[in-house]
Amino acid sequence: MSFVNGLQCRECDQSYPKEPLSVCEFCFGPLEVVYDYEAIRPRLSREIIGNRAPNMWRYAELLPLDGEARVGGQAGFTPLVRADNLARRLGLKDVYIKNDSVCAPTLSFKDRVVAVALSKALEFGFDTVGCASTGNLANAVAANAASVGLNSYVFIPADLEMGKVLGTLIYKNNVIKIDGNYDDVNRLCSEIVGKYRWGFVNINLRPFYAEGSKSFGLEVAEQLGWRTPDCIVVPMAGGSLITKIRKAFTEMEKLDLIPDSRCRIFGAQATGCSPITTAVKAGRDFIKPVKPDSIAKSIAIGNPADGYYALKTMLESGGWGEDVSDEEVVEGIQLLAEEEGIFTETAGGVTVAVTRKLIGQGRISSDDLTVISITGNGLKTQEAVQGRLAEPAVIPARLSEFEETLPQVSAVG
Amino acid sequence: MPTSVRIPVQLRTLTGGQEVITGTGGSVLEIIEDIDRQYPGLKDRICESEGKVRRFVNIFLNEEDIRFLENLQTAVTEKDELSIIPAIAGG
Ligand SMILES: Cc1ncc(COP(=O)(O)O)c(C=O)c1O
Ligand SMILES: [Zn+2]
Repeated sequence: MSFVNGLQCRECDQSYPKEPLSVCEFCFGPLEVVYDYEAIRPRLSREIIGNRAPNMWRYAELLPLDGEARVGGQAGFTPLVRADNLARRLGLKDVYIKNDSVCAPTLSFKDRVVAVALSKALEFGFDTVGCASTGNLANAVAANAASVGLNSYVFIPADLEMGKVLGTLIYKNNVIKIDGNYDDVNRLCSEIVGKYRWGFVNINLRPFYAEGSKSFGLEVAEQLGWRTPDCIVVPMAGGSLITKIRKAFTEMEKLDLIPDSRCRIFGAQATGCSPITTAVKAGRDFIKPVKPDSIAKSIAIGNPADGYYALKTMLESGGWGEDVSDEEVVEGIQLLAEEEGIFTETAGGVTVAVTRKLIGQGRISSDDLTVISITGNGLKTQEAVQGRLAEPAVIPARLSEFEETLPQVSAVG
Repeated sequence: MPTSVRIPVQLRTLTGGQEVITGTGGSVLEIIEDIDRQYPGLKDRICESEGKVRRFVNIFLNEEDIRFLENLQTAVTEKDELSIIPAIAGG
């Protein structure tokens, strides 16, 4: 049962059928999935959703499939963790971590978008899928494709972290490293997609893929007790997740699942790749592409396709955008680990550090209930903290040696 | 010899299915105007009515986005290749 009417250009409103299409033919604007909300309304209530299995498909009516999900059945419904220790360090009363560092099966929020994209790829009859990726999407496409026997081709920049590369190769798919940055990878893929009949997750499946990100926002509101937070901080690469979180809140309002949202939405980038936050801070309404130079490689997109809409999302919701140095990214990773026992990757370090910065600027204040979006896992970007942590003492296996060493290793005090 | 211009799938209905066409001119703008003379309507799809390149269109001179160069005024020679590419999501 499908509730999708079709696709529509976000820029010029041109309508399109439900097909593998990347952008509007007339203006190149992004295509949005259009739903029949009146048909959905009687099918979704807090109670109905609450009784469903704990994965993103509890929101199936708001995801763009025609049939049952065939890929990524376990994705989503990750914990929303109350973070009192971190809150104390930040000087806020109520802080929650939406923890997609434990999303199934590949430990990032990209499992959500890929679950939708590959399910849709099967509906369209593709036998081969592909993607251009900064790492997490690569892992998610390779793993989820393997799970249903789809062939996959994954294109990545040559300099990605080892964990991201290994975490793709293990599924024995086709990985191609491009000598260049993500924007170069994308440029090549846009030419490949015209030549091969493949389902390219972030190109000709993009309208469907992007909808998967909504589930992150839908879950946050449900887990907070059917309301939106005062503030949410979201990492931005292409700028899709942040716009889809807003769409999620809007849809929930429309379906009377939550009261009207006043949520201020804040975008986070690394200073070494900050085309969107730079535009916010400069008061520009257009994005100037940049050449990325940051340890936060997962969000190093210099030419963000949804940057313009990310910008609007932040400003129209009353939020803002900020960026932080690589040094602050590492501090953010360590702060979250030390205070909450959650080891996030560089994108999470960006989000934590930007939250702290926004609080320092008074843009988020102590009474604001704040959700920090943690979208990836620290085990995949170990290079970021390598050499920054205390080396463990090595001693012979003798009690006397241990007791002699104890005063030195008990650093915590 | 004119400069080659790579055309994205979305615009090939205007070029009779051709992936690569050629245009003559000394700048990106002049080449766009020349290919629009050969394939009427192309400029409209690439540029907004005030002449600026559309928000979701990327133009590359060889490997480089023209926004890192001189935009539409970027100088072009016959040895160069222009590519018109829609903005792409990802991550
Ligand atoms: C861990 C992580 N967080 C956030 C993002 C940002 O996603 P978007 O491109 O939707 O802005 C990405 C994208 O790759 C990512 O890998
Ligand atoms: Zn359009």
